[in-house]
Amino acid sequence: MRYLPLSDADRSEMLRVIGAGSIDELFKDVPEDARLKGPIHGLPMHASEMAVERHMAALSRKNMVAGDVPFFLGCGAYRHHVPASVDHIIQRGEFLTSYTPYQPEIAQGTLQMMFEFQTQVARLFGCEVANASMYDGSTAMWEAILMAHRITRRNKTLISSGVHPHYVKVAETLAQFSEDALAVALPELDADPDTERLIGKIGPETSAVVVQYPDILGRITDLTPIAEAAHAAGALLIAVVTEPVALGAIKSPGEMGADIVVGEGQSIGVGLQFGGPYVGLFACREKHVRQMPGRLAGETVDAEGKRGFVLTLSTREQHIRREKATSNICTSSVLCALAFTVHLTLLGERGLRQLAQLNHARACEAADRLSAIPGVSLVNDAFFNEFTLKLPIEARPVVHSLVERGVLGGVSLGRLYPDVDALQNGLVVAVTETVTDEDIAAFEAALKEVVQ
Amino acid sequence: MTINPSGLRPSTPANEQGETHTVAGNRALMLEEPLIFEIGNNEQTGVDFDYLTPPPQGEVARSAGEGAGGQTPSVGFADGSPKGGVARLGGLERTRPIGLPGLSEPETVRHYTRLSRQNYAIDLGLFPLGSCTMKHNPRLNEKVARMPGFADVHPLQPQETVQGALQVINELAFWLLDLTGMYGVAMSPKAGAHGELCGLLCIRAALEARGDKREVVLVPESAHGTNPATAAFAGYRVENIPANAAGRVDLEALKARLGPDVAAVMITNPNTCGLFEPDMKAISDAVHAAGAFVYCDGANFNAIVGKVRPGDLGIDAMHINLHKTFSTPHGGGGPGSGPVVLSEALAPFGPLPFVAKMPDGSFRLVEEENAGEEHPNAFGRMVAFHGQMGMFTRALAYILSHGADGLKQVAEDAVLNANYILRSLEGALDAPFAKSGPCMHEAIFSDRGFANDVNTLDLAKALIDEGFHPMTMYFPLVVHGAMLVEPTETESRASLDQFIAALRSISERAKAGDQSLKGAPIYAPRRRLDETLAARKPVLTYREAEPAQAAE
Repeated sequence: MRYLPLSDADRSEMLRVIGAGSIDELFKDVPEDARLKGPIHGLPMHASEMAVERHMAALSRKNMVAGDVPFFLGCGAYRHHVPASVDHIIQRGEFLTSYTPYQPEIAQGTLQMMFEFQTQVARLFGCEVANASMYDGSTAMWEAILMAHRITRRNKTLISSGVHPHYVKVAETLAQFSEDALAVALPELDADPDTERLIGKIGPETSAVVVQYPDILGRITDLTPIAEAAHAAGALLIAVVTEPVALGAIKSPGEMGADIVVGEGQSIGVGLQFGGPYVGLFACREKHVRQMPGRLAGETVDAEGKRGFVLTLSTREQHIRREKATSNICTSSVLCALAFTVHLTLLGERGLRQLAQLNHARACEAADRLSAIPGVSLVNDAFFNEFTLKLPIEARPVVHSLVERGVLGGVSLGRLYPDVDALQNGLVVAVTETVTDEDIAAFEAALKEVVQ
Repeated sequence: MTINPSGLRPSTPANEQGETHTVAGNRALMLEEPLIFEIGNNEQTGVDFDYLTPPPQGEVARSAGEGAGGQTPSVGFADGSPKGGVARLGGLERTRPIGLPGLSEPETVRHYTRLSRQNYAIDLGLFPLGSCTMKHNPRLNEKVARMPGFADVHPLQPQETVQGALQVINELAFWLLDLTGMYGVAMSPKAGAHGELCGLLCIRAALEARGDKREVVLVPESAHGTNPATAAFAGYRVENIPANAAGRVDLEALKARLGPDVAAVMITNPNTCGLFEPDMKAISDAVHAAGAFVYCDGANFNAIVGKVRPGDLGIDAMHINLHKTFSTPHGGGGPGSGPVVLSEALAPFGPLPFVAKMPDGSFRLVEEENAGEEHPNAFGRMVAFHGQMGMFTRALAYILSHGADGLKQVAEDAVLNANYILRSLEGALDAPFAKSGPCMHEAIFSDRGFANDVNTLDLAKALIDEGFHPMTMYFPLVVHGAMLVEPTETESRASLDQFIAALRSISERAKAGDQSLKGAPIYAPRRRLDETLAARKPVLTYREAEPAQAAE
């Protein structure tokens, strides 16, 4: 077996050193009647690299690959071009096959990268500090709600109607088992995200207001009035960013007063991968850092006075605090954080702004052409690289008809909100730099055909 | 004179300390590397774009600022710009610099390559971090995960376009059930601790469905910190159960504590001392008799995979760290993946979504909208989308590569290697449970016998100088100065022998009170780091030095 270095001669000699007559003697604590007598039933015997590759390649070919067709899906996962050097770096064995940096003297590579990542995320979000990653955006949002609860000692959270419904479901699921009460709402196919209604619900018991920016329909709205209203009531503003590339073009949530900003980092450096692994981003004000979940790298010096980095403020974490920890998170998403950091370093501020401008330009172009189709209208006044179209018919079957025409044409709101009649004609369309003029033309032609 | 002469002798003796200062601060292959914030700048970029005529230098950062005051700004791009060059950003254009330095591609590659060389890794040597299972990561699995049909598909694509991806999830789920003898599996949890949460929520939902309010979860004192943290996260009160002298759960103490307020017992098996719980079935029977459930922390499943099925031991829920047993790479701290296998009693409460195989051979996601008919008792949803697809492809390739015979051999070799270390070192280091019999996949030692002022940390740091990653230190808490050594099955005998020789030598020094251990490591990129300073005055992000005087 190619992954196992021991030979049969090694095994016999090692058993002799151990003083055991057979390998089974080493398993004597496992009750005899529970021990399997031979190789487990059902699973085939070992296979060559070529055979496994062939099997997996056959499964891979059963999927419609985003890069092979005109592609317009978003809603929390975005297809951007990732430079080849990103994947090269994350496949360096010293990053790929290392562990959580518990021994800092031989883990400065990961620790310095975490420190760079934390700084990039904090600056992008307009916050003072950020952690070294969470699992993904949806779990980061729930952790932010819990953190706000700890800070304000209140347990009522208002979640805006514009938050990704999967994120809301995750929070609702976990709130069943905690002391948190959530107020949620459904979006409407309207250019106005209904900020005023949200503000009107803020009360003296509100712990936090959660707003997605840009929101699930692609709308962008000034968070300042929400932050002011929340702060006036002693509550926090949590902003959720599922498309961080947007922050190369629009103001950061931190600039507009958000106290905690969380997000999904997938769109920078990490591919679509059918939903995971992704990387949760988590940033906040420095004064709240001791209530933060997750790992943090911090700067220090070594015994010779040289600058170095270590995991720090671990007294918040489960391996020290056990049941009193701020979170149960242990393994997070550091390799995806590395991909994020390498991609963002390649872009730099100039590249990120260009990328954001290009995304917005492509989206404006597509929005104009698609909304010119008779019966199709654009819901958004403002958007970044994703907008919602209102179709004359239900969008869900339209998406399937588009597939038949070789176009992956957006996410129907019916997929995300199957029970909400008022949303069934909504189609959310994302347009990134990977979309060509030909792609837009193909989408336009196919959509015209399908809705007529 | 020949070019590149060889066989030369050093003409001067080495410096006594073995090191001299260099102008650059580098030492040959050990290269110092600043932060990107110290070497990059906001104008440099390593990415070129199509469809974009780049504005002149400096224009980019400024262009957005012109819109302040309600006017619609020009977004400053030419080719491909929206009609009239008008942005539709709702007047929210970013006006201030962000502070994100860029580097060209060669500089970026060099920066991160230099950083990578300051890391220890499995690819470099033995990484015996107990309970973490640092085994070789097969490169086929990396190749498979990057196949376009897995890497470049969107989670919300219509299901008819992702049948292969859904089949991967279903196939892996099938083999996980086969290997564990369980009834159902939740694939979406993102890592081990997330899987623990999923399992406990299944238990909580099952109890609530029968109208049974229970408040306590029992956790052995040797458990991973995630166990009590997860129980608290799930809304339970945590109580410890003690270990007996043989390093196992004290069955009588456990039985005495069981009662109508206990929801679940969380057991790690094999446990964190590297020992199998021989009373597992009796524990399960007692827990079930008290109306509670058995949660098994499957972090150490690699010791028994293919040898015994947790389902045959009465376990109700167990997470499987794909990044441990099934060798998806740890990546410096994730991503992981933590599918949870469930007993028949708990499976109906598992979270959404999951993949179902239809009678016609196609695959379908069961989500909120169609769960009603097929899975009405799901406790909810753990994550956006469907779980760690990139880990599923790797783990499936790993399982198929090893097969039934190979996985059995994996467990046997892992246990053989650990026992080889235990018996080779029990004379040199105190091994508190060695007399009670063989260990499983990891061997535990204590600091007993070390000179007064030398501790486990010193020994660990000295191992770094010997070219090894230290073992897990000071865990589990039930052993004083614990050293938990997990070699894994992917180490050769020669590699184990070298490690044993190094550890034996260092332990002799520790017993003799060798003060030079206090200064270790001396050959690593950094000497011991000041963790107290880092925590007392946290510096968590880079701040540019303040200008000498304020501008205004």
